[in-house]
Amino acid sequence: MAGLVVLLLALLLTGGAYSLFSPGATAGQADTSAEDVTKGRELFLVGCAFCHGRNGEGVLTVEGTQYGPALSDVGGASVDFQVGTGRMPLAQPGQQAERKPPVYTDEEVRQLAAYVDTLGAGPAVPDESAYTLPSDFTDEERESAITRGGQIFLTNCTACHNFDGAGGAMPRGGYAPTLRGVEPKYIYEALLTGPQQMPTFSDGNLTPDEKRDVIAYLEDTGAKPAYSGFGLGNLGPVSEGLFAWIVGIGLLVGFAIWIAAHTTRSSRQKPGGSSNLPVNLSDGEPGSPKGGNA
Amino acid sequence: MSIDTSKVADSNATSAAKASKPSKAGAVATWADDRLGLAGAMKKNLRKVFPDHWSFMLGEIALWSFVVVLLTGVFLTFWYVPSMGEVEYQGSYDPLRGVHMSEAYASTLHLSFDVRGGLLLRQMHHWAAMIFIASMMIHLLRVWFTGAFRKPRELNWVIGCLLLFLGTLEGFTGYSLPDDLLSGTGIRAADGFLKATPVVGSYMSFFLFGGEFPGESIIPRLYTIHVLLIPGLLVALVAAHMLLLVYHKHTQWPGPGRTNDNVVGYPMLPVYAAKAGGFFFIVFGVVAIMGATMTINGVWKFGPYDPTKVTAGSQPDWYMGWPDGLLRVIPGWESVIGGYTISWNVMIPILITPPALLVLLIMLPFIDQWITKDKRDHHLLQRPRDAPTRTAIMVALMTFYGLAWAAGGNDIIAIKLHLSINQITYFMRGALFIGPVIAFIITRRWCISLQRHDREKLLHGYETGVIMRSPDGGYSERHLPISESEAYRLTARDREKVFTADGRIDENGVAAPGGRLDGVRAKLSTLMYADNIQKPTRAELEEAHHHAEHEKALTAALTGHAADGHQFDGKRPVDDEALRGD
Repeated sequence: MAGLVVLLLALLLTGGAYSLFSPGATAGQADTSAEDVTKGRELFLVGCAFCHGRNGEGVLTVEGTQYGPALSDVGGASVDFQVGTGRMPLAQPGQQAERKPPVYTDEEVRQLAAYVDTLGAGPAVPDESAYTLPSDFTDEERESAITRGGQIFLTNCTACHNFDGAGGAMPRGGYAPTLRGVEPKYIYEALLTGPQQMPTFSDGNLTPDEKRDVIAYLEDTGAKPAYSGFGLGNLGPVSEGLFAWIVGIGLLVGFAIWIAAHTTRSSRQKPGGSSNLPVNLSDGEPGSPKGGNA
Repeated sequence: MSIDTSKVADSNATSAAKASKPSKAGAVATWADDRLGLAGAMKKNLRKVFPDHWSFMLGEIALWSFVVVLLTGVFLTFWYVPSMGEVEYQGSYDPLRGVHMSEAYASTLHLSFDVRGGLLLRQMHHWAAMIFIASMMIHLLRVWFTGAFRKPRELNWVIGCLLLFLGTLEGFTGYSLPDDLLSGTGIRAADGFLKATPVVGSYMSFFLFGGEFPGESIIPRLYTIHVLLIPGLLVALVAAHMLLLVYHKHTQWPGPGRTNDNVVGYPMLPVYAAKAGGFFFIVFGVVAIMGATMTINGVWKFGPYDPTKVTAGSQPDWYMGWPDGLLRVIPGWESVIGGYTISWNVMIPILITPPALLVLLIMLPFIDQWITKDKRDHHLLQRPRDAPTRTAIMVALMTFYGLAWAAGGNDIIAIKLHLSINQITYFMRGALFIGPVIAFIITRRWCISLQRHDREKLLHGYETGVIMRSPDGGYSERHLPISESEAYRLTARDREKVFTADGRIDENGVAAPGGRLDGVRAKLSTLMYADNIQKPTRAELEEAHHHAEHEKALTAALTGHAADGHQFDGKRPVDDEALRGD
């Protein structure tokens, strides 16, 4: 037993030392240092290794399904998306990791990403220039980029995320989350890495410029005023039908009752008075508990 | 008493006395009456009496929202271009500028963004259409629940059902006109439904679309159907519906003075005209507020239709939601016969069930009449509880409809209530069959319990909430008799008789013709009536009154004395009162 522990420790040390000194996939990136990787690894061992394995190799359940998937080639972009939006660490196992307030600080997310980047050849965290339109774009170029992004959005994204990015249902309790209120960086990373049930839109599928244009379209339409009043959740005809019945029919039936309750009278005084007691207890005379018909 | 005789001829002079010159309005009226002869018709109809009850105004919501649909629709036709010709959009909405689209979609965008008031009118048109169909449905429910469909009004029921069907079709064609992604998806679905028809499916599809989907003809064709064909039929049927209403006279609730042979209410002028006219403005106002503040079908977000695209939340408008729901929950049943696929998964929810339910809806009054064999004229309404089985049948149908409708929004329910879309589907597959049965049983028993309550009220009076304590310590609640008009109202219904098929076999043991059918009818009649609580007989009522007199005598000593503490109810002077003798 003791021998096994020693062996494990030795392996751990070797692996750790390797990851410290190996050049890694993102050695060229300026903002991640070896120190970041070390700190990221420490964080990883505390917060992630339980499910993803101590070296991000993944953990299998007894049945052979994945307990936590291997992180060998997911890249820093994936870590930044999953941890930055609070999806990881999971609060509980479920159909889908939910977006929630992030557990790690930006600095810690950066360190975790730096560490996971060293595990294989995944995409790195994108630079801001990747998901914002260049500032030297003319108005015309901006507009055509947004239009192009809109068409790409309608072709590739609306089937799950809905025409307004309000989200949609996926099988077995899964869902495509809303895209409103999501930072452009995370949308770009989601496109790159394809988290959970989302397909990966590689650069061969959607070029970086096209990804940027989709984000520009979402930013642009999100900033536009609601020309037509309250959006009713932007969920399409279901919520419209709900409002037609509750607000429309509700109000109109209310008015019908109101009109029918006010009949003609010759004076301004309302018929009946304060002495309109339904029950006269003291002498037991018949009273009328209710008026009306139905 | 003096009479002004100055205008009366007071001599036998050669010139006759003349009436004074009529007022200008009178002159115009005389001019018109001489040529149109309206006075005779008006004289009668301006005094036409309509009974007053809120539930009689539900059909009016439908009428007035239909008027709003017509008015706003005319405005929309001024700018809408029913063409699938391809143009490049160059209007105000910049995220679509430069995109190629059909003229129909471009003109809808133009109408929404570049025509003053266009978006408001478009939204009002759509909201009013949704309310039109919804109000037709609640009107139908009122007519069924109160028994207003009975003879002589069965044909008006049929016309109403046709209006509901045509209104739905009209809504669907309108939904398809903007040629945006959502409406195109709807047309694509309709194309699939047509093609699911065995043998003739593809022929019908090619006929409707003028070739393979989508072709270039569907939008102009739907436009003609939407603005000419169906509105013409709707207006004609609405007119027939209202003429029959005037001819039959409106039904009324039973009550003192209201019988099967009269109508008690207010005359058309001035009361009813003011109420109905006012209601039009209220309907218009509600629709205008909805159109001004609530988005409906923001077509610019969908983009032009393109068969390669689709969006989550692609649903039809609410009134087509229930066939869509059936389509969503049916298992993928298909069979292949001789190399041809029969798509039961499309045929059952779309091509079989909705038409079958429409036919059932139209037939309901006739089925009811066949079971009850009631051929009398009915102008007095029934309360829903007084026809428990009939009420329960409609509630069962409503339950089926509601579940299928909810299934049509299964994806939205899944994301908003954090449920699994699969589990919703599995639940609906069972609930669609079990739910109506449960609803039927509960409603029927509920109605019968309410009948029992009415009978209690007639025999023992209503519960006063006053608890009496007898000298030996027992507690009882004091009941007081209900008013005479209330008692009249509760007893103004027929005593029902269960149809029996006995005595239809003659002495030779030969059954009379139609005997087996009579057996079925007897069973249905038993289901319909046998458990109902009938109103008390005269003897029972008299016995109950006698009992009440006796009870009153028992508490006579209390008369004039409020129960201790009750004298401080703020309705009498309490200067000399003391509480519990202090």
